[in-house]
Amino acid sequence: MFLERLIGIDLIRLKRTLQMGFKSILSHKLRSFLTVLGIIFGVCSVIAMLAIGEGASHEAQAQIRELGANNIIVRSVEPPDDRGASDQQSRVIEYGVTYDDVRRIREVIPGISIIVPGRNIRTDLWNADRRLRGVVAGTVPWFPEMSNSPVVYGRFFNDDEMDQSLNVAVLDRTTAGRLFPLDNPVGNTVRVERQYYRVIGVIDDRHAANNDSEGAAGTHRMFIPLTASRNRFGEIIVEQSAGSRSMERVELHEAIVRVDDQEQVVNVAGIIQDLMERYHNTLDYEIIVPLELLRQAEQTQRIFNIVLGSIAAISLIVGGIGIMNIMLASVTERTREIGVRRALGAKRKDIITQFLIETVLLSATGGIVGVVLGVTIPFVISYFADMATIVTLWAPLVAFTISAMVGVIFGIYPAMRAADMDPVEALRHE
Amino acid sequence: MEASIESRSDDMQPTTVPGSNGAVVRLADVKKTYQMGPITVEALRGLSLDFLQGQYITIMGPSGCGKSTLLNLLGCLDRPTSGQYFLGAEDVSQLDDDELSAIRGKRIGFVFQSYNLIAQLNVVENIEVPLYYQGYGEEESRERAIELARMVGLGSRLDHRPYELSGGQQQRVAIARALSNDPYILLADEPTGNLDTASGEEILHIFDELHQQGKTLVLVTHEEEVADRSWRVIRLRDGQVERDDTKG
Repeated sequence: MFLERLIGIDLIRLKRTLQMGFKSILSHKLRSFLTVLGIIFGVCSVIAMLAIGEGASHEAQAQIRELGANNIIVRSVEPPDDRGASDQQSRVIEYGVTYDDVRRIREVIPGISIIVPGRNIRTDLWNADRRLRGVVAGTVPWFPEMSNSPVVYGRFFNDDEMDQSLNVAVLDRTTAGRLFPLDNPVGNTVRVERQYYRVIGVIDDRHAANNDSEGAAGTHRMFIPLTASRNRFGEIIVEQSAGSRSMERVELHEAIVRVDDQEQVVNVAGIIQDLMERYHNTLDYEIIVPLELLRQAEQTQRIFNIVLGSIAAISLIVGGIGIMNIMLASVTERTREIGVRRALGAKRKDIITQFLIETVLLSATGGIVGVVLGVTIPFVISYFADMATIVTLWAPLVAFTISAMVGVIFGIYPAMRAADMDPVEALRHE
Repeated sequence: MEASIESRSDDMQPTTVPGSNGAVVRLADVKKTYQMGPITVEALRGLSLDFLQGQYITIMGPSGCGKSTLLNLLGCLDRPTSGQYFLGAEDVSQLDDDELSAIRGKRIGFVFQSYNLIAQLNVVENIEVPLYYQGYGEEESRERAIELARMVGLGSRLDHRPYELSGGQQQRVAIARALSNDPYILLADEPTGNLDTASGEEILHIFDELHQQGKTLVLVTHEEEVADRSWRVIRLRDGQVERDDTKG
């Protein structure tokens, strides 16, 4: 009793009004269901879309993060095609990041801990008769640590092997599986052109899988010391494909620069940009800053959320209009009932409460069913479509709250119409 | 009838018009005019009537005589243009909408020609509707509704819905509903109009018994047989009382 007086609401009465509302709704099952459908779809699609969006962006951001938020990647790019048609066949194209560039970056910029240079040579990898089209990547011993690529078996090559430019090789996991489907690759050899390389380890090459301009994910890579790469392949890389022959001279295909202080990543990238511009006449390099990509991805996610929010709002408004439409029809249909209730002592506010509660019950029921479906669907999508989905806690909460509010907002007008009827007229209504 | 309904005494106001000789209702020079476009229609032209406690009254008259208007005023569904209407000790002629609702809920019982039960509610729930708006507790209201349903002979059909009942049974539910709030007056608008003779007779029998219990009954009808059973017959014509006969 005390509580009732305190909040000014007759709880027993509210309970009975709710019961009455349920009765009215259940007396038109199909109609109520169809009315609620709009809200169900609205709520459910909002949650499902948010989950898919969240999942996709989470995956993208994770991939970027694996590149390393402290890293800057300088990569060689073949400059825009400015060759004359006459000497197309014979000329050696010279472009890209040079050893001098790397040396300059290291000397000029403070606060850089490690630099990983790399050369990628597209060629065939052989295990006896088994051939695999792949890339021989010349790199440095600290590559696994820098690129977040753990060694899963054996070991990576060390400084001694680097200094002596030995023919040792580390395969990435998929390459190992394809070249050595049955036996242990470590201890075996891989032939490239006329050279044999002893396999000493296998790594999980996240760097290549996530971001490789050569051929994106799925490129088969074999890592050898950078020094070995220079000695065995020379500076000029000749590539033969489908009868055409192209020669290019590329010293380094990429260099990863790690900046100690994350705050300084963007500044350092700017300095590298200046340095490169000074020594390169053509745009034969690109500078990739994962941190900036991450920021961009977050920005994209924000825009995506706004767009989703708008779609959600529109679909819920459409659902609300559907409810309002049905409630207006229901008020007209039940004019007699309203008249009778007024004659039996119902005040205006009793009639408003009655119709408002019916609308809120409809939209809240739709909201609950929508939340259940909306939380289930992402799991189904993840299961069948192999897509990452993330259902955040706030998505169902917000969707449900809005749906209940839609009930109140779109229920007020029909309820007022019902309450404003003249009891005499309402009783006379056929 | 197996049970009678005790009067509730929590309404502290006297139930009769002050200074009258036991009148429940007093109309004093009540006028009602309607504006229909440019035409002013005078539906009631200065009615003055007293209804005494326990009277069984029928109102008769040709269509357009003002019967419906009078019934709406008596039922507090409408307000007179001028004049006073005492229902019990209080002049209710100029109350606002909410106050009129409260008065209807406490002091008036309605019985309609077409029963007007609420389709989605069962017998007991229909009888409970006025109690619900009076803020009765769930148990008290349920008990009272069941008692009333038994009184009108529907004790075995408590959970039936209106469409499962005959016209006569529906009208008996309506009477139980009208009695649930123990009203000062019970207003019935052509209560037997939609019924066959036998069912109509049952309804009139209930009214006879209510009259014997001391209820104040006001019936509107155009059937002389119905009027014959009442105690006082008021005939209206052109918004005025043409005859007012009280039986010995």
